[in-house]
Amino acid sequence: MANRINREQVQHVAGLAKLEFTDAQLDAFTPQLDDIIGLFETLSEVDTEGVEATSSVSDQLNVMREDVADNWGQSQALLKNAPDAARGFIKVPAIIDESEDN
Amino acid sequence: MNFETTIGLEVHVELKTHSKIFSPSPVEFGVDPNANTNVIDWGYPGVLPTTNKGVVADGIIAALALHADVEQHTHFDRKNYFYPDNPKAYQITQADKPIAHDGWVEVDVDGVKKKIGIEEMHIEEDAGKNTHERDYSYVDLNRQGTPLIEIVSKPDIASPAEAYAYLEALRQRIQFTGISDVKMEEGSMRVDVNISVRPVGQKKFGTKTELKNLNSFNYVQRGLEYEEKRQQQVLMSGGSVRQETRRFDEKTGETILMRVKEGSDDYRYFPEPDLPALNISDDWIKELGDAMPEMPTKRRERYVNDLGLTDYDAMVITQTKEMSDFFDATVALKADSKMAANYLQGDVNAYLNDNHVDLQATKLTPANLAGMINLVSDGTISSKMAKKVFKAITNGEEPKAYVEAHGLVQLSDPAKLQPIIDDVLQANPQSIEDFNNGKKRAVGFLVGQIMKQTHGQANPQVVNKLLMTALKH
Repeated sequence: MANRINREQVQHVAGLAKLEFTDAQLDAFTPQLDDIIGLFETLSEVDTEGVEATSSVSDQLNVMREDVADNWGQSQALLKNAPDAARGFIKVPAIIDESEDN
Repeated sequence: MNFETTIGLEVHVELKTHSKIFSPSPVEFGVDPNANTNVIDWGYPGVLPTTNKGVVADGIIAALALHADVEQHTHFDRKNYFYPDNPKAYQITQADKPIAHDGWVEVDVDGVKKKIGIEEMHIEEDAGKNTHERDYSYVDLNRQGTPLIEIVSKPDIASPAEAYAYLEALRQRIQFTGISDVKMEEGSMRVDVNISVRPVGQKKFGTKTELKNLNSFNYVQRGLEYEEKRQQQVLMSGGSVRQETRRFDEKTGETILMRVKEGSDDYRYFPEPDLPALNISDDWIKELGDAMPEMPTKRRERYVNDLGLTDYDAMVITQTKEMSDFFDATVALKADSKMAANYLQGDVNAYLNDNHVDLQATKLTPANLAGMINLVSDGTISSKMAKKVFKAITNGEEPKAYVEAHGLVQLSDPAKLQPIIDDVLQANPQSIEDFNNGKKRAVGFLVGQIMKQTHGQANPQVVNKLLMTALKH
């Protein structure tokens, strides 16, 4: 195994995705993810000398809409899909961490 | 041990657009929870966000107002995090190529002028709002997707007083562009603060702490003052400052530990694949720049140099663009500039404070204020009468019509006053004798009699002049 990713990193990424894996799963997923990264490494074989980096693979540019408001009236439909709702709010288990960083 | 302080401020400014940054949902306040949300805001599979042109324009305007360089090849990035206020599980923001960088504002602290640098500014979407009750939290996504500009300062701010001055300068300049209300009390301006101290001469910055719950400029300054002292004391007693987040307590003025930061955040930024990059043209920047209103610093210079106001007057008048525009319009109608400044700072501000309203929500107009000031200037009414007229113009009444309807016209015509003065003198020979015997009080008595005869409408200056002339003959 080329060791492109280790068990701890897999566990860390799983944590970020709110997933919990058993030891057996970690053992199984780690080499699989390693293989996937290996597959992507073939991309680095392409000669990109003198090619400017891009943030997008689309050739579109400056796609913007005018600042016009339009209420689609989807509130009720959306709340129906929420795990729970009350008084028009989405109801969730109490949030303890008040970080609200953005 | 002597210390130097380094303060960093991240200011979020909520934009006053009609629609959200990536969806056409309305941006408005005071509506039912989740009334202004759609599938794009909720990040449903298969939806495609589209950038609001107005937000990009506002970003350019803010950049120009803060002397920043617009990044003409800009794009959005995706910041991944799980939190109920954002159902997409990511925020669309700018990390790699923010819309502008390297700006500055000038501040004046106790007469010392200093330029404070702005590292970068980016446009992004706001999160929803959570309210917490016992076992549950309630999420309203109306605010989710509301456009924000985040302005990040350079590590130039060296004291809590400078932080206050920087925020005030930012607030004013943004307010004058009209892209935001920039009111902390309404949440359209929010401030995140970090601070570190280090011994003078040390190259490396000290460990910084973050402060939360700073809901006014005053609290920002007080919180920083407390934290500055606390960190100094920790270092002086041989300890070390921990990287942590602390909460400012409004009652005690202290900062209280909220949480210790372990490791760095892992947001896994990557270029936002749903939104094409932006290429901002020189023409667009020029067009927006040409339409920019005159900034407060320029106006203050003009008020002091051309109109003879004091620095203080000029500062108060330029608190908001509405006040400054009102002043300009009043002066354009030939009202005396000093009097216009005095009325705006005095009677007008008192009226706004008493009624908790903004100037633009009142019935006051520059035409009526100028009309009233001109009536005082030309002697038609006394400044005492103007108090009554001011009340009338707050109800939208026209000053000249009001003055005439209520007989408030001051009697300044010597031809009309002279006979009254003659009559009063004739009726009071004793007072004339008293005056001739050096009793100055007699003049006051005679003026009183004349005012009585004219029902208080005589112009006191004119009466005094005429009376003295008559007495000396």
